[in-house]
Parts: sequence; C-alpha cells; structure tokens
Amino acid sequence: MAVTVETHGSVAEAARALAQGGVYLGGGTGIMRGVNAGAVQGRVVRSSDPALRVIRSTADGFSLGAGVTMAQVLGERDLAFLHAAARSVGGPQVRAMGTIGGNLFAPHPYGDFATALLALGARALMASGSPRNLDDLLRDRDRTGLVAAVEVPRPRDPRAFGFVKVQRVKPRGVAVLSIAAHLPREGGRLRGVRVAFGAMGPAPLRASAVERVLEGATLDAATIARAAQVAAEGLTPPTDPVATGWYRASVVGVHLKRLLERMV
Amino acid sequence: MALKPVTFTLNGNAKAAFTEDGQNLLDFLRRSVGDLSPKYGCGQGGCGACTVLMDGAPVLACLTLAEAAQGARIETAAGLAGAALHPLQEAFMERFAAQCGYCTPGMLMAARALLDRNPRPSRDEVIEAISGNICRCTGYEPIIAAILDVAEGRVRA
Ligand SMILES: Cc1cc2nc3c(=O)[nH]c(=O)nc-3n(C[C@H](O)[C@H](O)[C@H](O)COP(=O)(O)OP(=O)(O)OC[C@H]3O[C@@H](n4cnc5c(N)ncnc54)[C@H](O)[C@@H]3O)c2cc1C
Ligand code: FES
Ligand code: FES
Repeated sequence: MAVTVETHGSVAEAARALAQGGVYLGGGTGIMRGVNAGAVQGRVVRSSDPALRVIRSTADGFSLGAGVTMAQVLGERDLAFLHAAARSVGGPQVRAMGTIGGNLFAPHPYGDFATALLALGARALMASGSPRNLDDLLRDRDRTGLVAAVEVPRPRDPRAFGFVKVQRVKPRGVAVLSIAAHLPREGGRLRGVRVAFGAMGPAPLRASAVERVLEGATLDAATIARAAQVAAEGLTPPTDPVATGWYRASVVGVHLKRLLERMV
Repeated sequence: MALKPVTFTLNGNAKAAFTEDGQNLLDFLRRSVGDLSPKYGCGQGGCGACTVLMDGAPVLACLTLAEAAQGARIETAAGLAGAALHPLQEAFMERFAAQCGYCTPGMLMAARALLDRNPRPSRDEVIEAISGNICRCTGYEPIIAAILDVAEGRVRA
C-alpha cells in the first residue's frame, strides 16, 4: 500500500472523507515522521479551509481554529495567558508548524498545550458542529472525529492561571511532565479549581486528588503542602527515555508546590 | 501513483515540478527541484538541518508535505547570497561558525527567520531561535556570536 494525500477545501468535506478511514494531517510535525518512515499508509486527509487558521474572540473567551499554530498563538497579545504553554512546545520550526488540533492528539510525552487547554476548561468544537469537553476527548482519543476549533474561556484573572513544563534538556526537551492550574478565587477561597498534568498518563489528564484538596480552600502553605502530597495519587505515569514513571510520580508534587507558591 | 504539479517560488524564482503523494518538501527540493542546500539529518524533526522558510516562517522541510508548498514562497540557504555573500554567511565565516558545515544551511535559515522578524535580538533570543537546530561540531558559541555580529551591525549588510 502507498500513501494517498487528499486536500479538501472545507472542514466538513475533510470530516466526511475521514469518516471513510484515513488519518488527518494538521501541521504534520507528528504524522509526517510516520509518512517518511512508511509507517503511515493509505489515506492522508488535509484541509485548506481558512477557518481552521482563524482566532476569534467570543463572549467569554476565544475560539481558536484547530489549524492555528503555536507561533500564531504567540503572535496574539490577547492570548498572553496561553503563551507559556505555546512557547514550551518544541523549537521555533515546530511552533511555526504544529497546530492546536494536533497537540490534542500528540502521543505521550507530548501535549503540553493540550494540558493548558484542559486546565482552562476548553471545549473542542467538532467538525460535525457538536461541542465536546476536553476531559472526554483526551480520555478517548482514538475514537474522535475531526476537531474544527477549540473554544477557550478567558481566565477572569490572568494571574489565576499558571503553567509549568519540567524538562531535562533545555531548551527544546520533551516534558518530564507539565502542570497547568486554573485557580479562580471568590472571597479569598478557591472556587472552580482545575488542575491538569501532561506526561503523567497516556494523555493529559485532570489532577483530581489535587483539585479536591484545593477546592474551597485558601491557597496557603498548609493547603499547598497537602496538594503536593496527593499530587501523584491514583496516577501511573508512563516510563520513557526521558523519565521513569517512578521518577515522574516522585517529583510531580515538588513541581506542583513550586507552581502553587508562585500563584499565591 | 499520480504525480501532482506544484508551482511555487524558490528564492524569488518561479518554479514548477511534480511531486508524488506523501513526498516531503526536503526530498522534493533536493531530488525534484535540484536545490541541495537544505540537508537531510534525521527526517523526524529533531535536527533542523532541513530548515527552509515557507512564506517567511522557518519550517522543517522533512516534515512538510511537498504539495503544501503549492503557491508558497520558499527560501533556502542557496538563495542567501546575491553578488556578494549574505552578511550571515560572512559572519559565519569570520567566526568559524561552520566546521563540517552540515548544520549550516539550517542554522542560516533559522537565523534569517529571526532577523527578518527581530533585527536586534538579544543573546537569549538568538539561542531560542536556533534551539531547533543541532550542531555536533561547534558547541554553538561561534554560531551565536556570528548571528549577534550581524544583529549588532559588526558585519556590513
Ligand atoms: C522536534 C519535535 C519537538 C516537539 N516538541 C514538543 C513539545 O515540546 N511539546 C509538545 O506538546 N509536542 C511536541 N512535539 C509534537 C508536535 O509537534 C506537537 O504536539 C504539535 O502540536 C502537533 O501538531 P501538528 O499539527 O503538527 O500535528 P499532526 O502531525 O498534523 O497530527 C498529530 C495527530 O493529531 C491528529 N490531528 C491533527 N489535527 C487534528 C484535528 N483538527 N482533529 C483531529 N485530529 C487531528 C492527527 O491525525 C495526528 O494523529 C514535538 C515534535 C517534534 C518533531
Ligand atoms: S532532517 Fe528535518 S529536522 Fe532533521
Ligand atoms: S558545523 Fe558540523 S554540525 Fe554544525
């Protein structure tokens, strides 16, 4: 078998084509490696729909086309709250090519930007027009359709959102882990807490044990210590050449503590 | 397999060539178009030796589909020199920033992308701009110094 590449003018047509099998190519930084090696065979579907590259502000945040690149995010001052996450992905070339849609499906240990989106409570808008929350989508990435856009709520207080990527090799290394925390406050207490980890499971996931500690609490030293203690609870992080699962589980609390201390 | 025509500009000159499904831009430029300046290092996005500019942005030619270059403006290291060498090329020579030279075309294009966007980068910005490019020979310092020489006007444009 060989590769056949189809380019569709609209997202809807690309989605219809994909429904009959094949793999979607966004920026290609993940997929092309397999194409070059002969590991990807059969239909490769792309779309030239300009809507995929559009960044729009909405009533409560932003709609980012799935084909928006990390470099595009970095070029938008209004998206400053996402800059740390976008900057953490690869080097300049990967950021010029790699898309938000592709990051949602990037295999472990990738998905740093998706981790930030998950903590922000972003939703994927599927090509079919139906929304899907990222918790569901990231839990079941194999059986998903084409994502057309991602809707990201704007954090009411940008200081309530923090992101850190822990890497071994600076500056272009893959993640040991990444952490994104959205900690809105009401009357001094944390309300609507969302914390996500990247590279701590097969895909970016919510740090449920940490969220349970933080929700309703005040962000003080005792709370931070308790959150750090439970950081790895219920998780079995993967082992890869960057770090063992044991190492990831051992250090995640330390890095969470440092991030939370920055956000006090 | 059907051949697909691709028309684009390469270093300012109109070009047309055929690509096959799945062919990457690096292979296309080298084998179908005859520009041997972008290098094949890894074919996986890890080394940056294949860096070219596509509509002004630095991209990895090995991870770009050749057919995505349809209508695009492609620039490679082969197009840097006019009647004289490009200032970046002069500075790389002056600073001994090329030893085996394999990484050099990619480094030059990553540097070019930076200076086009930000003509007076800081040292940290230079380091960041070449962070997707690997050099096994120089230890990077001469490359950083060469790019800063151009940015800070020590090499005449
Ligand atoms: C050298 C290098 C360094 C990297 N460093 C990092 C890093 O630090 N952090 C990180 O997170 N990633 C990293 N990556 C991985 C990758 O570049 C990014 O995750 C990028 O965001 C992937 O986007 P893409 O558009 O290039 O994906 P593609 O390769 O186009 O696609 C990746 C996967 O997503 C699917 N997909 C793409 N778009 C959609 C869509 N709209 N709807 C449904 N499915 C879709 C594809 O079918 C495929 O399965 C790196 C890659 C390389 C080569
Ligand atoms: S050959 Fe393209 S990055 Fe190595
Ligand atoms: S000069 Fe040899 S790899 Fe850079």
